[in-house]
Amino acid sequence: MEYTNNKESCAIGNMNLRDLTILDAKEGLKNKQFSAVELTQAALDQIKLQDKNLNAFITVTEKEALESAKHADTLIAQGVDLALLGIPIALKDLFSTKGIRTTAASNVLDDYIPQFDATVVTKLKSAGAIIVGKTNCDAWAHGSSGENSDFGPAKNPYNLEYVPGGSSSGSPVAVAAGMSLMATGTDTGGSIRLPASFCNVVGLKPTYGRVSRYGIVAMASSLDSIGHFTKTVADNALVLGVTAGQDPLDATTPNRDVPDYSRFLKQDLKGIKIGVPKEYYAQGLDKKMQKLAENALGVLKSRGATVIDITLPYSQSAIAVYYIIQTAEVSSNLARYDSIRYGNDRSYFGEEAKRRIMLGTYVLSAGYYDAYYKKAQQVRTLIVDDFKKAFEQVDAIVAPVSPTSPWKIGAKTDDPLAMYLSDIFTVTANIAGLPGLSVPAGFIDGLPSGIQILGPHFSEEKLYHIGHAYEQETQFWKEAPQV
Amino acid sequence: MDKQKYFPIIGLEVHVELKTNSKMFCSCSADYFGQKPNTHTCPVCLGLPGALPVPNKQAIEWCIMIAQALNSKINQFSKFDRKNYFYPDLDKGFQTSQYDLPFGERGWIMLKNGNKIGITRVHMEEDTGKLIHEEIAGESVSLIDFNRSSVPLVEIVTEPDFHSAEDVIEYLKALQTTIRYLDVSNADMEKGNMRLEPNISLQIEGKTGLPNYKVEVKNINSFRFVDKSITFELKRQEEILNAGKTPVQETRGWNEFKNATVSQRIKEEANDYRYFPEPDIPPIIFTPEKIAQIKAKLPELQPAKQARFVSEYKLTDYDAEILTREKAMADYFEETAKLGHEYKVTPKQIANMIINSKINIETILPAEIVKKIVESNRVETVDEAELNKIIASVLSANPKAVEDYKAGKETVIMFLVGQVMRQIGKKVDAQMVKTALIASLSK
Repeated sequence: MEYTNNKESCAIGNMNLRDLTILDAKEGLKNKQFSAVELTQAALDQIKLQDKNLNAFITVTEKEALESAKHADTLIAQGVDLALLGIPIALKDLFSTKGIRTTAASNVLDDYIPQFDATVVTKLKSAGAIIVGKTNCDAWAHGSSGENSDFGPAKNPYNLEYVPGGSSSGSPVAVAAGMSLMATGTDTGGSIRLPASFCNVVGLKPTYGRVSRYGIVAMASSLDSIGHFTKTVADNALVLGVTAGQDPLDATTPNRDVPDYSRFLKQDLKGIKIGVPKEYYAQGLDKKMQKLAENALGVLKSRGATVIDITLPYSQSAIAVYYIIQTAEVSSNLARYDSIRYGNDRSYFGEEAKRRIMLGTYVLSAGYYDAYYKKAQQVRTLIVDDFKKAFEQVDAIVAPVSPTSPWKIGAKTDDPLAMYLSDIFTVTANIAGLPGLSVPAGFIDGLPSGIQILGPHFSEEKLYHIGHAYEQETQFWKEAPQV
Repeated sequence: MDKQKYFPIIGLEVHVELKTNSKMFCSCSADYFGQKPNTHTCPVCLGLPGALPVPNKQAIEWCIMIAQALNSKINQFSKFDRKNYFYPDLDKGFQTSQYDLPFGERGWIMLKNGNKIGITRVHMEEDTGKLIHEEIAGESVSLIDFNRSSVPLVEIVTEPDFHSAEDVIEYLKALQTTIRYLDVSNADMEKGNMRLEPNISLQIEGKTGLPNYKVEVKNINSFRFVDKSITFELKRQEEILNAGKTPVQETRGWNEFKNATVSQRIKEEANDYRYFPEPDIPPIIFTPEKIAQIKAKLPELQPAKQARFVSEYKLTDYDAEILTREKAMADYFEETAKLGHEYKVTPKQIANMIINSKINIETILPAEIVKKIVESNRVETVDEAELNKIIASVLSANPKAVEDYKAGKETVIMFLVGQVMRQIGKKVDAQMVKTALIASLSK
């Protein structure tokens, strides 16, 4: 079947790429409505058409993508069935890709070409996915808006004057605008959930250790989670089935079965207890955002869930704990970029990286370690305990992802602290290593916002259950951007 | 005023490179010696973006065995830490090491003179790459070989319990023997498998506690230089102290061409390595059962083996010590002794043969040793008439000796025994010859 390429958006068959889910595409490929090459070409055309404005991609891998798509078509013709066979995807430019430049959106690595694939990349390729490119992000994943990229900010597809959220900024843009059907991200303090929320897509931050970190440029090793963006919860569950699991190359991935997440996508929420932490609905929360979250809770109730007020008292210390532990680990993780073996020298580091290196070096220094790093680790334990207690009462916690909806590009760039505070609702899950799923929850003044569903360790299937039931009722994802 | 008297206070840091097949945190071959530069490398040991360390279980077990062999307490909860510092041969910008919870703590080694050397800690870490400074096409360049990067190292730190270079050498030899017995490292100083850094200072006689400075000496790459460098350093410090000054707290390097230690780096205060727990490696937890299981794998160590050789084989302490210096030699001796038992060859005879003939255990089979001893034990018989005939001829050929003997110089008898035995030309019982000779002489 032919694909069409009108001025606004590319379509394949009768489906506009902006509306096409992975499950739709799999169906189309299976029924020979279109080939993997046609689908990939459509995604590449969509990038050509849209990305001048959106700046979601740092590198587009057209040649490799079309070659892989050809191979996928051969496999499809042979009747091979793989989870993501022939599906165009994009990778945050923190994921090492063999032979393809991987920049971490920093000028330090602007010419670095890895000799190896990250474990997740290997898994996605083995599942038949077609990589169309590497997406933009805040350099080294430092940021909440995408504006710290050395390759220019990605734009919010719902309004080009607004940020798409960060640090994984290009990936949700690529998914929302139909330039890829899935895109990967990393979430160290909200870097998947926040941009998913701002771009009206589904974003998963898995349990710490659920998905291998091997080959992904490290930000803060004890907080980094490797996840992905999709249009729907069902697509998201499908992808986690591919990426999750123990990796002999990552000592922090436990030997734990990977369930068939798609089996848990149910319609009703009878018997599900949802916790609402009062600390997340307090001061600092935008009134319209509060309304949006309350609406979401109403939907959950209408599907049968019980909503229970809970408390997470140590949440108020979360940002402080996060910016100590995270910067400490950043300062150590960035030490290898000395330009001796690869990359450019340290003068190429941007302002935000330098700020974090200095903060982290300070909190680890003799004489300050006990007051900062050690204290932060102690409070971290208290935050973990907060959640443990909460999950004795409830199955999951639902809260806004961000205190506000997307802001205008440039609005917070001169105020790092204001930027840091946008992570206030997301960092707790990273501190405690919990999974979190951000699901579209509506629009505020024409810009999207999501809610996040948090669960106990390794409860992704439960998050998918709740998220799917909620999505069935709301269908916000269908409000595609019209840029 | 009389000159002050001083006594040495020395503590040791020893690094032992384990001979595991693979490196500490990746699957590259750890056998780097003499290999082409940068051929034993991968994303992990090159510190490429995104690479992660996975600890080598064998190396950890061997580290624990070393700690147990040195009588250390094994921590049930251990972890790795990052030691952050910059150096071109350190690819990640930090060394993965252990800080406050090493695998082993509070061990000891007993020296022959009764001095007990306290072992502060036994911990696991990784080696760095190697800088090579060369001139290429007239240009001075520094090259880095990462083959050694991430090779497993065990660091053994002692208390400042040494008071002489001799004690240091004895400790090092005991440590080397122990490690070789465990078969976990070649512990070869010349090849850098075993590296030593003494911290040396002098304290005023009669004073207790540590002096207010210490000097660390590096680059001591053979046993020969241990004594030389410590002796040199003690003398250098004594001269400074005698001049009423305090030696500078610093790192010095042994220079074998100058036969002297040379200042390398002034250490005014402790380096700030910004240690923090390695987030890429979960804590390592051992149950008491697991620790006991590893301990059960320890072979009989040299001191125990030496004591057993004395009691079981009735050897002297001296012989037992020589035979147990190397495990291969001890095993060889035991195998030979077992075989010798069947042929009524005593362990003492075997020990003498091995030690005195400097037997090469690589080329001579135990059976050959037993055979030699059996042969030398065998006594030929000689016909009595034949013997008397030879005695008569020897006595008549040596009238002076006969005269001396009769004059009371009885020791001359052994000369005559030798003459008789030489004429017989076979190995006969010397005692029997002696008795016959005395009988003839007293006729």
